[in-house]
Amino acid sequence: MLKIWSMKKDQQKADNENTAAGKKKKVTAAQLRVQRDLSELSLGDTMRTEFPDPDDILSFILFIEPDEGMYRGSRFSFTFNIPPHFPHEPPKVQCREKIYHPNIDLEGKVCLNILREDWKPVLNLNAVIVGLQFLFLEPNASDPLNKEAAEDLRTNREVFKRNVRAAMSGGRVGGVTFDKTIK
Amino acid sequence: MASAQAYPSSEPERWKYLDRIRTRAGPFTNDGIFDGSMVAGQMDKMKILVIGAGGLGCEILKNLALSGFKDIHVIDMDTIDISNLNRQFLFRQADVGSSKAEVAARFVEQRVRGVRITPHNCRIQDKDEDFYMGFQLVVCGLDSIEARRWINATLVNMVDDAVEDSYTPLIDGGTEGFKGQARVVIPTITSCLECQLDMHAPRAAVPLCTLATIPRQPEHCVEWAHVIAWDQEKPFPELDKDDPAHIGWLYQKALARAHEFRISGVTYALTQGVVKNIIPAIAATNSVIAAACCNEALKISSSCAPALGYPDDNYMMYSGNDAIYTYTFKHEQKDDCPVCGNLARELDVDPAWTLGELVESLAARPAAQLRKPSVRAAGKTLYMQSPASLEAQTRPNLERTLSDLGLREGDEIGVTDPAFATVSFKFKLKFTKKS
Ligand SMILES: [Zn+2]
Repeated sequence: MLKIWSMKKDQQKADNENTAAGKKKKVTAAQLRVQRDLSELSLGDTMRTEFPDPDDILSFILFIEPDEGMYRGSRFSFTFNIPPHFPHEPPKVQCREKIYHPNIDLEGKVCLNILREDWKPVLNLNAVIVGLQFLFLEPNASDPLNKEAAEDLRTNREVFKRNVRAAMSGGRVGGVTFDKTIK
Repeated sequence: MASAQAYPSSEPERWKYLDRIRTRAGPFTNDGIFDGSMVAGQMDKMKILVIGAGGLGCEILKNLALSGFKDIHVIDMDTIDISNLNRQFLFRQADVGSSKAEVAARFVEQRVRGVRITPHNCRIQDKDEDFYMGFQLVVCGLDSIEARRWINATLVNMVDDAVEDSYTPLIDGGTEGFKGQARVVIPTITSCLECQLDMHAPRAAVPLCTLATIPRQPEHCVEWAHVIAWDQEKPFPELDKDDPAHIGWLYQKALARAHEFRISGVTYALTQGVVKNIIPAIAATNSVIAAACCNEALKISSSCAPALGYPDDNYMMYSGNDAIYTYTFKHEQKDDCPVCGNLARELDVDPAWTLGELVESLAARPAAQLRKPSVRAAGKTLYMQSPASLEAQTRPNLERTLSDLGLREGDEIGVTDPAFATVSFKFKLKFTKKS
């Protein structure tokens, strides 16, 4: 098989230093990757993005309006903050409303495997957005961030459903007042 | 000096002639890296990936199996069409509609005892880095430039300086009519397919004035019918290149014009070919190029002779247009290659251009071949094709001039295009006129 190391050494010898290229404003790898990811988003009718500062594409808001499932009829929003080492680190995503959901806690932290341990650089923003959408279709009691909500979902689906409706209308569930998200 | 002894593999009679070549040093063998006694054992264990099971792919699979490779994978998303049967010789009429990868794998496995061929009936983009990391060598026989650019960028991005196994050589074969090329890419060490993109500039369009005034070739007559006559007469609401009535109309128009200018050679098939931009596939070209590619695979994996790729020649072009002609040369790596180089390439722009004009010029550059470019500067989003909200926010920029947008000489811009999901371009602006 080829001897890559010996090739590498030859090449470095032949290379002359071409580093002093002057300090001009550089486009970062994360910016380019996000730009690529953004142009491949498929948002459909139920989602849209908002960029408070269009020049900073590393921070934006995603709105989701589920058109099926228990969370139908509401509008939820998430802030996306993309770290400078993206895609080697996952984006930071937080729900802006206080909502009643087994996988989203009262501070808006989201429990989604690909935002944490299962993130891989080959994944893109679209995968995250599809994941978020799925959380509203299939809330998942096995991996909870809001333990009360997860418990309700596990023990009595009908009660859970009623609680979702109450919370989305800005009502109280289990002593917590939720944000009104219903349109 | 290495001895001229051949080291027989486990089936000595069967591979006798192959062993004479791959296990014995020749006059050009690099003795420092060649060990004939190891070759057969190493090649038995090598995992090699073939991309494409079409005209080139059938040849490549057959050649690799007969060159002593034992563990071959093949990936192709296509199914067999009746029009493939004249040259894609691993397929029979009964296979029409089946997966190319699966039928090709089965056929070669049955004919060549002891080879294992694993088919993957999917797009190359459906496989992740872990999949591609599993191979020591990738041989590509594709007809699409976009798929080539994807696999090239994937293999280059896989390189981890600290891991020797992360460098996977890519052998790429391509044919077009009577012409073809075979080339080897050692990711980040030699020129990559993206560095060589200008070798595939789109076919030059015939200037419109030639079409409108004096045609010289039968193709000009067809182009005239296609571009000018169709527009003037609009015989059907929209041109459907697969509708025989539409092609027939163009053919009659082209024929009449050819008569007028005493040009011969306009036929229905030519009309169809020009309009649909078809270049006929030639079986002989495929077999020449596939043989060259597999020869490289044998040399790379055995080191029995110097392969294309390093240190000098990495590109072999072949032409069978007039006589048989080959030319082998070194294509230099580009420092500013968007895939394997890390520097931004220079881009001549006029600061008085609007951003819209810049975006158009990017789409027209043969070295980029972009369709829907999105553009940003370091601290500024210049234009995004999507999502809708950003498009609306950045659309007004298209009307503004580059200097008005705050761009200065030497600033870097980043360009991406959804057609090339793994590639992005960096350009350093060079002002052609001082503002
Ligand atoms: Zn390159």
